[in-house]
Amino acid sequence: MIKKLIFSLLSGALFALGLVVSGMTQTSKVIGFLNVGGIVNPQRFGAWDASLAFVMGGALLVTLVAFALTPRAGNKPWAATHFELPSRKDIDSKLLLGAVLFGTGWGLAGYCPGPALASLLSGGMDVVVFTVALVLGMVLAKKLVK
Amino acid sequence: MNSPWLLMHPFLQAAAGGVLIGLASWLLLASLGRVAGISGIAAGALVPSKGVSTEETAWRWAFMVGLVGVGAVVANTMHVPVIAARPYVLLVAAGLLVGFGTVLGSGCTSGHGVCGLGRRSVRSLVATLVFMGAGMVTVTVTAIATILIAA
Repeated sequence: MIKKLIFSLLSGALFALGLVVSGMTQTSKVIGFLNVGGIVNPQRFGAWDASLAFVMGGALLVTLVAFALTPRAGNKPWAATHFELPSRKDIDSKLLLGAVLFGTGWGLAGYCPGPALASLLSGGMDVVVFTVALVLGMVLAKKLVK
Repeated sequence: MNSPWLLMHPFLQAAAGGVLIGLASWLLLASLGRVAGISGIAAGALVPSKGVSTEETAWRWAFMVGLVGVGAVVANTMHVPVIAARPYVLLVAAGLLVGFGTVLGSGCTSGHGVCGLGRRSVRSLVATLVFMGAGMVTVTVTAIATILIAA
């Protein structure tokens, strides 16, 4: 149990370091990436910011190797009995509707859950208000859907 | 970018941050055997499903403590600028949509994006394309509406 807690604490800490260093806790950068109008007409829409693509690229460089090497038959996690990875492969209406709703909220404020939590204590009132609503949305979804 | 001690090109710094995010995901995979999906971890910690063990809730809380605590320390060290205040109505609507949508769609930018694509999951690829598309449409529609209102 204590080993599990230490490793997950460290993972959360490293995740936060990555999010802040990458600039993804700054909503202007996220909205700047989603601002595809800026590719076509920067005068009208403002410049497009490619940063998020580089963040994704850097992260995928690592996770593609990680998921190919680590959860192999015969391997065990350091602090757990077995790997517990998502197994679903179906593309259902919940996945699609959920992604549409999430994307819409993401575009409105520029926060997804990771950056919001990583900047909860340093991002001013905006992120606090967003996060309270985020938790309410989660509670609602768990009550209504599951 | 407002971080003089890194002295890197913004794109290089973005990629370096991405590598750190990837390493964090690898650490959770290698140690707990789990996917580092923030929306799932947050929902599991704050709104645990019935019958889930204390240990399952506890490691998620530990992850959140690391994420929130170290996020604050690093942001202060790097002097990350705090963005201008926006209308609370917009922030509440956005928060509700992101919270509801990530639970309904089983993941966000980290679970479907960073880890799902890393697992080469088609389900996650579809989710990632859909939420990125929806985000791009939202930002573009908002920008056009702002231009029209200003005109």
